[in-house]
Amino acid sequence: MKKYLPLAVVALAVVFAAGCASKRAKTDDAAGGDTMSSTGATTSPDDSASASGVESAGSVGGDMAGGVGPSGELGNRRIIYFAYDSDEIRAEDQALIAAHAQWLSKNPGGRVRLEGHTDERGTREYNIGLGERRAQAVRRALALQGGADLQPPTISFGEERPAVVGETEDAFAQNRRVELVYGN
Amino acid sequence: MTKRNILSLLGALFALAIAAPTALAQLRIDITSGVTDPVPIAVVKFAPDASAAATFDFAEIIQQDLERSGRFRLLARERMSASPSRADAVVVGDWKALGTDYVLVGRSAPAPAGQSVVDFELLNVLNGQRLLSERITVPTSTARNGAHRISDRVYEKILGVPGAFATRIAYVSVDGAPPNQRYQMIVADSDGEGARAILESRQPLMSPSWSPDGESLAYVSFEARASAIYVQRVRSGERRRVSARRGINGAPAWSPDGGKLALTLSGSGGNLDIYVLELASQALTRLTEDPGIDTEPVWAPDGASIYFTSDRSGGPQIYRAVPTPGDRPRRITFTGSYNARPRISPDGTQLAYVTLEGGGFKIAIQDLANGNGRLLSKGRFDESPGFAPNGALLIYASRERGQGVLATVSADGLITQRLKSDSGEVREPAWGPFLR
Repeated sequence: MKKYLPLAVVALAVVFAAGCASKRAKTDDAAGGDTMSSTGATTSPDDSASASGVESAGSVGGDMAGGVGPSGELGNRRIIYFAYDSDEIRAEDQALIAAHAQWLSKNPGGRVRLEGHTDERGTREYNIGLGERRAQAVRRALALQGGADLQPPTISFGEERPAVVGETEDAFAQNRRVELVYGN
Repeated sequence: MTKRNILSLLGALFALAIAAPTALAQLRIDITSGVTDPVPIAVVKFAPDASAAATFDFAEIIQQDLERSGRFRLLARERMSASPSRADAVVVGDWKALGTDYVLVGRSAPAPAGQSVVDFELLNVLNGQRLLSERITVPTSTARNGAHRISDRVYEKILGVPGAFATRIAYVSVDGAPPNQRYQMIVADSDGEGARAILESRQPLMSPSWSPDGESLAYVSFEARASAIYVQRVRSGERRRVSARRGINGAPAWSPDGGKLALTLSGSGGNLDIYVLELASQALTRLTEDPGIDTEPVWAPDGASIYFTSDRSGGPQIYRAVPTPGDRPRRITFTGSYNARPRISPDGTQLAYVTLEGGGFKIAIQDLANGNGRLLSKGRFDESPGFAPNGALLIYASRERGQGVLATVSADGLITQRLKSDSGEVREPAWGPFLR
């Protein structure tokens, strides 16, 4: 669901934001539907690049794209979990991968994005690399089962978007994951 | 409703409009350990200028600075029997009797509107020698910074190392529970005061890096639901997206000349390598080419080489690359299974990094000349170390009772402090350069 605010409203919002807090920028609000924009920091007009970035921010619903994608017991499972320091897909998740690969190859218009995550142990930027490795592993597995044309985009959040907060082994296990996010 | 009521209501609304979005995590500093033989010093309350209406208490801020450095023991004001404002009025015997070695005195001088002029003198009461006699002029609105500058001078005169009180730090603050977290990029004085958010987002903000002139921050923002690197001017808030290529855009690090950023890119294939982006021309040069994860670059202070994390040999280790074609990166760390996120001391002799030791992630420091290393912290989740511009201290992120806090440790490991937020968690500190 895309919703662009009329330019004038955005401009007003920018003026308002600039008035209240001229030295700070506020980016998107992906949690809400409307992308209330923005860029208090960006007083310069040639900074429209970040404004457009903000508009697209609301376009992928992240956690709320439930209506699209495969259904059924396997199709409704959208998260693949990993062992510590591993990007290996567990044998028990192969059926899940197969169900999604099958649906994607039958629905060429269907879009999925692979979001890789790690637990909070280790350094942040290195974890961005590990999350990417996991997302790429799922991408390869999908292509293996659904055909080489299946090349969904990947994104890694590393440890920055945990599913749960906590320092227990259980929390770590829930955070080491790749989410299949359907949408457009 | 009376006019006065309307005015106060308007005032309240305005205050809300400002206060609500800028409700910030305020940092509080606690010294957790110090040296055993701190230098005894007395900072006497500065004499106000007779013509000025209200005077800022410079001495109080200087006292706090020196105390928090862990290197000084401050004489309490109520124990002082006199309040001289000039060195020639100091009766050295009286101060010696109170067990103090140094006395700092000062006074405000007449100044044009909006300015503060302060004269200060530092006296060694053991030999009667006057060590400092200086004047600073600051806008009254930044009087606090003026006090930090005096602290810097006193610190340097007595300890032989420049102080880093009149500097700033940047860090990321996070509040809320997943998936509705709020991320803020904060800039504050080195003592945590004057904090303000220069950016706020519902998507992750990461990896702040100061420009060498202290005017700009480079950072990673996921605001477009993909990583991108921005450069933002701290004062005006104006910002520019400098890298939003396919795949990962991460770990920006400013070159010492301020003209380039080292950064991590992956392309759509997901292979992270280090690149150098020239900011003016946008010209991109590849520095590493390896199927492993290469990331977390940082420049040596002379700009001649770049240190980074790579797991090309298995687990993450620290390597050093020189931008010469055909030159293979050289491995720097050999002890332990996990060494990552390097930072180099301002004099280029020390390497600080994160190491896995006894099941926890800790801050370590290594002498680059002889490879000798030692641990500087003892947490389980310590990360993101960075040097103060004087090289005497490091700041890093730690966890305490499940909450992200900031901590500092002196490079000799003797003095530790915690900078704790009163709300939410704080992480990824970056200490800014000396300001001119």
